Amino acid sequence: MSVPLNETVKNLKPSGIRKFFDLVSEMKDAISLGVGEPDFDTPWHIRDEGIYALEQGKTFYTSNAGLKELREEISNYEKRTQGIEYNPLSEVLVTVGGSEAIDIGLRAMINPGDEVIIPQPAYVSYYPCALLTGAKPVIINLKAENEFRLTAEELLNAITPKTKVLILPFPNNPTGAIMEREDLEKIAKICIEKDIYVMSDEIYGALTYKGKHVSIASLEGMKDRTILINGFSKSYAMTGWRLGYACGPSDIIKQMTKIHQFAIMCAPTTSQYAAIEALRNGDDDVRLMRGAYNQRRRFLMNAFKEMNLECFEPYGAFYVFPSIKEFGMTSEEFATKFLEKERVAAVPGSAFGESGEGFLRISYAYSIENLKEAMTRLARFVGKLRGIKG
Amino acid sequence: MREELLSIIEKNSRIDLKELAVRLGKEEIDVVNELQKLEDERVICGYHTLVNWEKTSIEKVTALIEVKVTPQRGKGFDRIASRIYNYPEVRDVYLISGGFDLLVTLEEKSLKDIAMFVSEKLSTLDSIISTGTHFILKKYKDHGTIIDEHIREEREVIS
Repeated sequence: MSVPLNETVKNLKPSGIRKFFDLVSEMKDAISLGVGEPDFDTPWHIRDEGIYALEQGKTFYTSNAGLKELREEISNYEKRTQGIEYNPLSEVLVTVGGSEAIDIGLRAMINPGDEVIIPQPAYVSYYPCALLTGAKPVIINLKAENEFRLTAEELLNAITPKTKVLILPFPNNPTGAIMEREDLEKIAKICIEKDIYVMSDEIYGALTYKGKHVSIASLEGMKDRTILINGFSKSYAMTGWRLGYACGPSDIIKQMTKIHQFAIMCAPTTSQYAAIEALRNGDDDVRLMRGAYNQRRRFLMNAFKEMNLECFEPYGAFYVFPSIKEFGMTSEEFATKFLEKERVAAVPGSAFGESGEGFLRISYAYSIENLKEAMTRLARFVGKLRGIKG
Repeated sequence: MREELLSIIEKNSRIDLKELAVRLGKEEIDVVNELQKLEDERVICGYHTLVNWEKTSIEKVTALIEVKVTPQRGKGFDRIASRIYNYPEVRDVYLISGGFDLLVTLEEKSLKDIAMFVSEKLSTLDSIISTGTHFILKKYKDHGTIIDEHIREEREVIS
């Protein structure tokens, strides 16, 4: 008998980021600009609360949906930042990172054959998660000239009678694009008219550099048709704690909780206690980290300007997405050569979808010293390429 | 821009002006003017370097001295404080709440030098009631900087 393997899983392509970084790990002196997680340690008072929970022997399962106290704090947080009121008992679910929420959210909503719209470039997990539910993923290729925002026209063109869910990943990884209130209002109108549900992945919601992030769930008529996903990884530098959450209509949260209950039981208890502290007393940490990211963002944008590298100004997350189209090679070729010649690792845009081709994702979750050295090397690399061409 | 500027140069006063302007999203000339203003207003009182003397062959001993004094009429603690801080070997003088009045830090070449300073200079000043000297054995963190911290890359690669 052959090894039992699921056909859908077998046919999933492994993440393009992973492939690239297997190369990097072989090189000792390479500077990486590739990692998508904060370079800050989790603020000490949050870690301390986790340690305290362990000391006190709080090492049991929590309720499936998460500690009630934490769900209340999450509800307070969404109220104070977005003005949305979620009932902590029926409309909030604590998950193992935002990524679990994406997975079980889709599983709870989708029947085989339903269409899920995924704007790309985007984080690598939406597509496979959608495929695993039996959905047909429908890709929208976002455009640089729109600053990689989703437009009403693009959305309308992608909608069919089978469309069920729109994934809305803003602030965006890998482009750093944001959607502002006016952009979202147009999308919301269409979703209501066409009866489409939204999965809004707002994991980078605390990291915007042009006004405050607006959630589509806060717009009129949208709370009832939006699953809002957020978490602690990016905003509080808590990636390893594996903690996220989903807020949304109780009918959907109820089904998600069932999957979560059977597959996971509950999110890590220690992390949940730490997260309560993060939400209660972490605003200042987020403000300081956002300030540091913003300085680095400005630094990179200026460096691109000085080397005449085309890049739209991104206002969210901690990525910049410069265009390398002028060099006439694929982003994978560019990234590979850049790594070989200058020993700097950045992720090819094509890892995030077809429309990422011709771009490079540069993460600024790195110290300014690192970024400085990397930009010196990028300028040298770009200069040489232009020299060859000219 | 004031708060952000100060928080950057508090950590790195050697930063290049152009880079500083870029990071703040301001024009260089505006940053220069703001720095000048901050210096004039004595908001910026100096640009120092944090040295870990232990890694050099130069001997340094640091002591914290608790000082109890009698405040003077009309001058409070200011007069006696100035008599203390004018000694060049005195690094810091703070007025403190609690069990004593002034906290003085002192840096000298040896324990003996510190003992001499306390017994011959400090204790003999009028209005000093008592002193208590503590020697620093090891500095773990100074001016918000962990002394022995190494830069590390612990993040592993994920998808």
